[in-house]
Amino acid sequence: MKRKIPLVITFIVGIVVIISEFIPHKPFGRISGELENWYLIIAGFAIILGQMNLFKVNLFKIRYKQKNWQFYIITLISFIIMVSCGLFWGTENNPGLFGNAESITSVVGSKPFDYLFDNIYQHLQATMFSLLAFFIASAAYRAFIARTLESNLLLIAAILVMLGNTSLGSSLTCWLPENLKFLHLPNISSFIMKFPTTAGQRAIMIGAGLGIIGSSLRIILGIERSYLGGE
Amino acid sequence: MTEKITRKQIDRRWIFLFMFIGVALPLIFTIGFPIETSENSEIVYDLIDNTPSGSKVILSFDYDPASMPELHPMAEAVMRHCFRKKIKVIVTALWPMGVQMAEDTFSQLKADFPDVSYGRDYVNMGFKAGGIVTLQAMGKNFREVFPKDMNGTPIDELPIMDGINNFNNINFILAFSAGDPGIKQWVQIAHDTYGITVSGGVTGVSAPAVIPYVNEQKQLTGLLAGLKGAAEYERLTKEPGSATKGMDAQSIAHMIIILFIAIGNINYWRNKAKEKRGA
Repeated sequence: MKRKIPLVITFIVGIVVIISEFIPHKPFGRISGELENWYLIIAGFAIILGQMNLFKVNLFKIRYKQKNWQFYIITLISFIIMVSCGLFWGTENNPGLFGNAESITSVVGSKPFDYLFDNIYQHLQATMFSLLAFFIASAAYRAFIARTLESNLLLIAAILVMLGNTSLGSSLTCWLPENLKFLHLPNISSFIMKFPTTAGQRAIMIGAGLGIIGSSLRIILGIERSYLGGE
Repeated sequence: MTEKITRKQIDRRWIFLFMFIGVALPLIFTIGFPIETSENSEIVYDLIDNTPSGSKVILSFDYDPASMPELHPMAEAVMRHCFRKKIKVIVTALWPMGVQMAEDTFSQLKADFPDVSYGRDYVNMGFKAGGIVTLQAMGKNFREVFPKDMNGTPIDELPIMDGINNFNNINFILAFSAGDPGIKQWVQIAHDTYGITVSGGVTGVSAPAVIPYVNEQKQLTGLLAGLKGAAEYERLTKEPGSATKGMDAQSIAHMIIILFIAIGNINYWRNKAKEKRGA
């Protein structure tokens, strides 16, 4: 019973949503609309669930002093500070439980949450992403070696796209006469992106789409049951 | 054997140092390499430029601070263009941080557009969880998904939202996207299901996955790809900003990567020749 009821609900809901795509009239359209609203409410609660889970997982790691447990303390403290600031004093235009924190705002120039967001969070995230430039450079140096025909093709395509995507690259070949404009680096880069890349991407997208249809049908028909948990 | 040949490599700290200098210096001392516009950026520009004043459009901020260097300049340039053309902007966000990203963009433009009033010419509807399902629901009934704006003002009290019930009342949608949910979902729902014009901007790394949607069916009407797309848009609007400045740094960074790839290959072939001679 514990497994059968969820399977029946999944089957009915799945079939109704599929039918509503083909017959968007009453009652299917309306039921589908209601289901969408339910999903939005559940998705909202999933954020709270995620936060609770983050708290629990980190607390567990600290309690049992797992590897690098000190870092999890920082995560938890940061989490508590951000949530408290948002909850107690609100964000830019929204007051919190204790008002607008006028005294703090007069000193730091913005509400505590906004101050932390603008001056710490934004820069931390931007830093993390910026580190990619260093690692990509290092990885490219090691990986782009012309060993085989395939790696040669990859290497040439990568260099042409890299050059074509910079203003320096376009300056290098801007002197080319009109009848040789197809050799202009941005044009070559655009050609690679427009044809070979798009063809490859489309193949991946079609494959993924078919895969999604297959697994959706497996779930609706109760063949795939891993989402129910357990063995 | 390959391991042996590639063993002698430059310490990666040298690569990091060169990258750091190569990125930092052009940001401090502007070089000013010329920027050439691409067809995709021109299509996005024309879309906004040919939209009549008073039209209402959705700008979706589907990114977080990690993608700010690439997407923020294009969001700023596009929003500036919209305000200049007197197009009314409705902001939504499929990413929680997108709300702050939009607010930051708007606050940067406030001084240049003192006449733009919140609620009449611009509104931030805030973040909604749910990704593609949120878009499906918005297409059916916008007011049900966003009964209030991000400040809690009821939608009926916002003049800009008069007559907005679903996607049919919107001229076009432009999404700034750093991943999922983002521009793909907008294409799948807003364009493919409701037939609304969708355009947007993405980070450089995600561009190859999105470009297939720029096709003859116009699933995407143009695309701004990465910092280059942002710089091209700034050039088209004749208002150079942070993207134009950043392009110098990007150019040098790409050249450094190419230089190290060349060094890596020279090392490899030289070592391979040595191995052969030794064998």
